[in-house]
Amino acid sequence: MNWLTLLMVLPLIGSAVVVALPKGKDKLVKQVALGSTLIVLGATVAMAVGFQRDNVDLQYVEKYAWIPSFGINYALGVDGLALILILMSTILAPVVVLAGWNECQGGRWSVKVFYILILVLETMMIGVFAATDVFLFYVIFEAMLIPVYFLIGGYGTGERSAAAVKFLIYSLFGGLMMLGSIIALYVMSGAQGGHTFDLAALSQLKMSSMTQNLLFLGFFIAFAIKAPLWPLHTWLPDAADSATPGTSVLLLGVLDKVGTFGMIRYCLTLFPDASKTFTPAILVLAVISIIYGAILAIGQRDLKRLIAFTSISHFGFITLGIFAMTSQGYSGAALYMFNHGFSTAALFLVGGWMISRRGSSTISDFGGLQRITPVMAWMFFLAGMSSLALPGMSSFVSEFLVLVGTFNRYPAHAIIATFGIVLAALYILIPVQKALHGPTTPGNENLSDLNLREKIAIAPVIAIILALGFYPAPLLNVINPAATHVIGQLGFSDPAPTSGGK
Amino acid sequence: MNAANYLYLSALLFTIGAVGVVIRRNAIVVFMCIELMLNAANLSFVTFSRINGDLNGQVIAFFTMVVAACEVVVGLAIIVTIYRSRRSASIDDASLLKR
Amino acid sequence: MMTSTTLVYLIALPLAGSAILLLAGRRSDKWGHLLATGLSASSFFVGLYQLSLMLGRSNSERPITQKLFEWISVGTFKIDASLMLDQLSICFVLLITGVGTLIHIYSISYMSHDADRRRFFAFLNLFIAAMLLLVLGDSYLNLYVGWEGVGLASYLLIGFWNQKPAYATASKKAFVMNRVGDMGLSFAIMIAFATMGTVSFSGVKAAVDHTSTAALTSIGIMLLVAATGKSAQFPLQAWLGDAMAGPTPVSALIHAATMVTAGVYLITRSNFIFDAAPTAQLLVVIVGAITLMFGALIGTAKDDIKKALAASTMSQIGYMILGAGLGPVGYAFAIMHLLTHGFFKAGMFLGAGSVMHGMNDEVNMRKYGALRKFMPITFATFGLGYLAILGVPPFAGFYSKDMIIETAFNSGGAKGIILGCVTLLGAGITAFYMTRVMILTFTGKSRWDDEAHPHESPWLMWLPMAILAIGSVTSGYLLSHGDALVNWLSPLFENHAEHAELLSPLVVSGLALAMVAIGIAIAFIKYSRNEVAAVAPTDVSIFTTIARQDLLQDRFNEAVFMAPGKVLTAVLVKTDEAVIDGAVRGAGRIALGSGSALRGVQTGFVRSYAALILLGAVALVAAIWVVTQ
Repeated sequence: MNWLTLLMVLPLIGSAVVVALPKGKDKLVKQVALGSTLIVLGATVAMAVGFQRDNVDLQYVEKYAWIPSFGINYALGVDGLALILILMSTILAPVVVLAGWNECQGGRWSVKVFYILILVLETMMIGVFAATDVFLFYVIFEAMLIPVYFLIGGYGTGERSAAAVKFLIYSLFGGLMMLGSIIALYVMSGAQGGHTFDLAALSQLKMSSMTQNLLFLGFFIAFAIKAPLWPLHTWLPDAADSATPGTSVLLLGVLDKVGTFGMIRYCLTLFPDASKTFTPAILVLAVISIIYGAILAIGQRDLKRLIAFTSISHFGFITLGIFAMTSQGYSGAALYMFNHGFSTAALFLVGGWMISRRGSSTISDFGGLQRITPVMAWMFFLAGMSSLALPGMSSFVSEFLVLVGTFNRYPAHAIIATFGIVLAALYILIPVQKALHGPTTPGNENLSDLNLREKIAIAPVIAIILALGFYPAPLLNVINPAATHVIGQLGFSDPAPTSGGK
Repeated sequence: MNAANYLYLSALLFTIGAVGVVIRRNAIVVFMCIELMLNAANLSFVTFSRINGDLNGQVIAFFTMVVAACEVVVGLAIIVTIYRSRRSASIDDASLLKR
Repeated sequence: MMTSTTLVYLIALPLAGSAILLLAGRRSDKWGHLLATGLSASSFFVGLYQLSLMLGRSNSERPITQKLFEWISVGTFKIDASLMLDQLSICFVLLITGVGTLIHIYSISYMSHDADRRRFFAFLNLFIAAMLLLVLGDSYLNLYVGWEGVGLASYLLIGFWNQKPAYATASKKAFVMNRVGDMGLSFAIMIAFATMGTVSFSGVKAAVDHTSTAALTSIGIMLLVAATGKSAQFPLQAWLGDAMAGPTPVSALIHAATMVTAGVYLITRSNFIFDAAPTAQLLVVIVGAITLMFGALIGTAKDDIKKALAASTMSQIGYMILGAGLGPVGYAFAIMHLLTHGFFKAGMFLGAGSVMHGMNDEVNMRKYGALRKFMPITFATFGLGYLAILGVPPFAGFYSKDMIIETAFNSGGAKGIILGCVTLLGAGITAFYMTRVMILTFTGKSRWDDEAHPHESPWLMWLPMAILAIGSVTSGYLLSHGDALVNWLSPLFENHAEHAELLSPLVVSGLALAMVAIGIAIAFIKYSRNEVAAVAPTDVSIFTTIARQDLLQDRFNEAVFMAPGKVLTAVLVKTDEAVIDGAVRGAGRIALGSGSALRGVQTGFVRSYAALILLGAVALVAAIWVVTQ
């Protein structure tokens, strides 16, 4: 059974149904969208159950000729990492639809268009993680920009057009770099046994180290913009500031993961030597991102921008874990990608509800929410605790794994990165104090607490965060074999205990 | 008679047309000059057809005529419309697309 | 090691209580406090049951473990969620659940007027669960979970009345400073894993022999950093005074009896590391000595009864840390002082709460006075705690504190003499400031306002105080009788060679009592014979001024960390906007600018376009002609 194609087709069917619905039935549109995303989630879970977790090869492989004259295939397949990211995306989609029930009002276009865009985006989110043909990956990688562009530019707030354009141009620039590298790979593959875009075949190519370095950079810049890594991050705060909370969740939670996912899937696999060459520089960028993102988060006055900067810090951790080249670092980074999706979702969704109720996203406009809207305040607090990686929350497991894995090989980087946990306490507790504690400030007296729909939307997110904090084994078991495999392929193995030089 | 003379005539007509396009302001005259250039080209085609002894050049000349006819239809329509709205057929006045 | 299936209930019961109360919300307002108290008590009884089982086994079979599930397993980094109960942790389990339950009972009455009493009890139960996890975890990472868990509970409880901005700030300060310490624990775990390949207590203990001293020293120092954060030791002590913003039962339970002693537990638990890393051990002693003087000096100047007690807590934990730093011989005494301190300090805090309860939540001791007549039970229980902390025989502190002083003197050489003198001096200052508290609060003339109507607290409040007072009287004797606690804990610690005795126990006790007498005398002269001003005098010596400001610790942190941090943040925010994003926007502006510059070429005149085309065509033909010729 072609599970992956099925997953990609289901949201498209949903969007086709939405198109066919008569005008003015906004509620029905939303219900159809929610239903479609739930069906996709069900299908994903059904697929994940059959995943052989000890098998390091790609699974659920599909391959059909697409443009044979150029050697382009429609080829899909997942390993443990891709599987959990697809799972994360399909869990977040219904949450976003449910949480942002009224987000599409006030947009430039109709409610229908909003949900069509969301559903098309879901198809692409699944495809981008499942593609094993580099050309197919590139096409989806770029095509994803279109629905997000319209979601930000059409339904956002504030300077939404400018933010959408900035996001688009930044991403296109990175995509262009990657396209150059892809074409070069394709040309080289022709000289070495036939033109192809197949990832596995391309990873066998022989090339000079100079070529490899240049092509690596082409891919890496694209992914570093997506991820986003310092200093290519400035599109993110603007985009997150202007997008609706639901779009922000998909943008930061899923789309940005394409960057870190791509680093693992493409940079490490295609260019193992160049990856090693650039590792020192990338680790420095990652550490800078961690500290820089955290400090800038502390300095923000706007809630949405603050959350965006915390994500920059978190993506620094993920990148650090990937390039630490230890199984702890890799598994930690992979788990971090999953967990970050949920902790960011929680922060953005609850933050979004706070903002839409108050009509302002400036932190100092809030105050004393814990007395007025206790449930909403508690959800924000829990999301914050998850963001600062409190033990018991899933993010702690991943963050600590990254730090331990990094420390084994690069102690100095790990030590500096660990200072991030103190900064994390500050960037969460400062908005918590300003928004939730203290006396009720004028304008907040009549805010309403979460309604049933919002509670239902946020409950699974919080539940996943807590459950995986105490029992991350289901995910780690899926990730670990891939971790050892990838690290081994690069010629690394975990450092043995040093006994401190004795 | 030397076939090359027809080519000289064609070049002469083309030059007259080109100069006319550049220096005249009236849209109709410019238009006629363009037609003159097209027909100069046609004359070359037919001449080459004669020199080479095959019909390709004549066929292309027919194509050119069809294109020229189409162009006249569209072009004149535009000119008439512009004249109607602006009361002038000067092409220097019709620079609205600059901004 | 024997396995058990019942250990988890110790943690699960209070954890369930907390979850039920938080999830049920207002629905559980009526019975929430009873459920929480009951669950805390049940956890205490599970602890007693475990103790009875443990007593029935031989020394080597006493530790038991329970593996719950595999928590994290990546490569060689394998951490099980598993619990371990041994002779050391059972002491803590009983202290936490025992004192914890008493404070639950006390809080039923103390918090009865608070609309959010249920939430308070949920947090208390959460704290008990986290603290138990801290002492029951069988690896540093499991301990870390409890370690941050108590930090969270402490944050929530300090900020329980967070509608007051100052209280919210206090809770944030506590959390952040604790996180600095937690960072130390993270480092220790990372170093341990990198050098030893394991982070479980047993694994690390086994690996100590073939690990270099440099690695062990760095682990030890990082553990010390962790301990200074959690136990409010120098230089991370500044949060404890502010933490008194929390309701008084919280101060009694978390910031006196249990959580703040976690640092002592950590150092004692890691005895194998510190025994092998003398430099780290020396630092432990130094930190303990500095803090015990630091806390004592602050205690002399505070007018807020809770802050005076908090300073005292800081100082007493300094004693424990110092004791734990004195190596194998000191661990047991540190734990003994920890247990006795748990009784008398919790008792005194509850006493302070009782006083506040009767005085409209007034905390300024200058507005008390003569409360002895109005609150006889509070006076009696507080007084017994007072005698215990002073170290008057036969009260609890006499046994535990004198042991530490004696060990300090006998630790050898100049170090021994310096430490001995510091601890003796500390005892004297303790006597001074505690006597000051007693005099200002309970004796002399009344200085309170007219609207205060001091009255004795209800029995739900004084009963726990009475029980703790009994503990303050008897625990020292019970624990040291026949070296009970020392023998009980001895399997955990390295056997040690006795140091040559510098001073005999009798001499030490004599010296200590003399210091205490001097301290009391000075306090009497200063506060009992003179009239106490109801408003704190301002024309005081520079030393008092500095001590009132917690020896300038906040100013130091403000100047050295916070102010530069704020500047750095502001600068980076500006830099991000101006430089990094500026470069991006600049690139965009260059594209737009070059576009509009080139736009000038497009004149809009058809004839000029045509001329250009013509010229281009001619140039092209000419070029081709030139090239082909």
